[in-house]
Amino acid sequence: MKEVRLMKGNEAIAEGVIRAGCDGYFGYPITPQSEVMEYLFANKTKERTGMIVLQAESEIASIHMVYGGAASGKRVMTSSSSPGISLMQEGISFMAGTELPCLLMNCVRGGPGLGTIQPSQSDYFQAVKGGGHGDYKMIVLAPASVQEMYDFAKLGFELAFKHRIQVMVLSDGAIGQMMEKVELDEQVPRWTDEEIVKLHPWAATGKTPDRKRNIITSLDLNPVKQEIINRNLQKKFKHIEETEVRFEKIMCDDAEYLFVAYGSSSRICQKAVALGRAKGIKVGLLRPITLFPYPTKELAKLAKQVKGMLSVEMSAGQMVEDVRLSVNGAVPVEHYGRLGGIIPAPDEVLNVLEEKFIKEKLLCKTH
Amino acid sequence: MQDTLTNEEICKPENMVYHRTALLTEAPLSYCPGCGHGTAHRLIMEVIEEMKMQANTIGVAPVGCSVLAYDFMDIDMQQAAHGRAPAVATGIKRLYPDKFVFTYQGDGDLAAIGTCETIHACNRGENITIFFVNNGIYGMTGGQMAPTTLPGMKTATSPFGRDVETMGHPLKITELIANLPGTYFVTRQSVHTPANVRKAKKAIEKAIQYQKLNKGLNFVEIVSNCNSGWKMTPLESNKWMEENMFPFYPLGDIKVPK
Repeated sequence: MKEVRLMKGNEAIAEGVIRAGCDGYFGYPITPQSEVMEYLFANKTKERTGMIVLQAESEIASIHMVYGGAASGKRVMTSSSSPGISLMQEGISFMAGTELPCLLMNCVRGGPGLGTIQPSQSDYFQAVKGGGHGDYKMIVLAPASVQEMYDFAKLGFELAFKHRIQVMVLSDGAIGQMMEKVELDEQVPRWTDEEIVKLHPWAATGKTPDRKRNIITSLDLNPVKQEIINRNLQKKFKHIEETEVRFEKIMCDDAEYLFVAYGSSSRICQKAVALGRAKGIKVGLLRPITLFPYPTKELAKLAKQVKGMLSVEMSAGQMVEDVRLSVNGAVPVEHYGRLGGIIPAPDEVLNVLEEKFIKEKLLCKTH
Repeated sequence: MQDTLTNEEICKPENMVYHRTALLTEAPLSYCPGCGHGTAHRLIMEVIEEMKMQANTIGVAPVGCSVLAYDFMDIDMQQAAHGRAPAVATGIKRLYPDKFVFTYQGDGDLAAIGTCETIHACNRGENITIFFVNNGIYGMTGGQMAPTTLPGMKTATSPFGRDVETMGHPLKITELIANLPGTYFVTRQSVHTPANVRKAKKAIEKAIQYQKLNKGLNFVEIVSNCNSGWKMTPLESNKWMEENMFPFYPLGDIKVPK
């Protein structure tokens, strides 16, 4: 039987990376995710698996430490919350340009600016559309439970090395702070230095006589070459869009109306689906698990079946743009969001769905 | 015996007195003629070759004139964002404590945008080696004022001379980090005369050897010229450096192991 523990989301991802064979964590404290680094230090990772944990002088330094560690072929990560992730964007862009694998976790809080320490989903654009300078994408995983915070550590490293890409776990203050039970896996061993040389021949580990020197750089001043580099990056993102889409469908088979929500909001909408069904409303939920790549095709299919979609987000309306692009006008798409760290209630979002799609329609009929 | 050797005799291996280290690639240096970067590159690569450390070395290149250092050094290298080389090197060294890890940075990179990373890597006593080339100007972007630009010195962004009242004072970052408990060996050298080149090579040897002791960060500043940015001939710039830079940035060891 699997080992089960009651954990906070932030602790679960920390335990997850230890068990996924992570080599190095470089971080800087920021609410509401400081438990990640605290948990790693308290668990004596150096003694347990040999994993290095270092508190850097800033988020800027920590992402560039990750950049250095990733270049040497190791499994490395950092975590932060919105303002800290903003500071890291240049480093993430450098890793996109050099195609280095790493795991990032953003425990999103409300903004802009210092904003609030309460949960929010207002960093969707930053995570999904690139964030830093240049044309690039990261794989973005959106956990909706503490179990997924744990699971996405291992999955994140697998995807990061499979595609040589940065993987961001886009959580929020609610997922990071709440406690749920977590099923834990066996320890994945850390790679030895010899394994890294074999598995990752691109890594800068010291030039040996049997190969040319490995240069990790995003610079090429020749525009013709730079365009080729960029086209190859785009090919990779396209391939990821075709192969790595993940989503969950709840009560969608006979649904006439659809909630689209990820992370904390999807938990609220799951409850709202149950409330709606109890009232006889045929409502379902599509929960994107990967935000890039986005479940565009699945939404396009559902657009042929449902009468309306409601994107529920703790933001002023960011993911709703991707829902609209996916359905391409085939069905009305509305947005409902709470801002500033407020989580909507299930009956609140169900009311919105009824008002936007059902009651209005009834009114139209009566007039 | 003849006074002079024929060309054929000169080319005989037994008469060879000097050759390019195998660790410098054949790529032509992109530096301006007269610039000190080429000599600094050569010395570091010579020492790594002599110590047989190529397979054990990872270098970090900066942003600035030496952004393409990896084109000339035949070792594994990573190009860092502007100022972040000490953080990048920290990430590498923490995961590979047995490798020799160094950064190669200019004054804008190390002492302006990267001051935070420089000071904290030094203060944590990261077991890395920093080679810091200080020519008092931003070379690559076209000769703007650097944190190490001398008072009164004319640059593209201090066209009437650096006015310390409004533009601040030149930063003696090397003296500053020498005060931190995390630094082990801190020295300031130059490469503008054969005698100085020999001294600088000795300092570079020490800074590389000492990393094996795991006693903290080793730091070699090389005060250099920027004849293009200073708008002088190479010879004039070396003279100007001796007369103006060295009084403000005196050469010699600043912190030596006890």
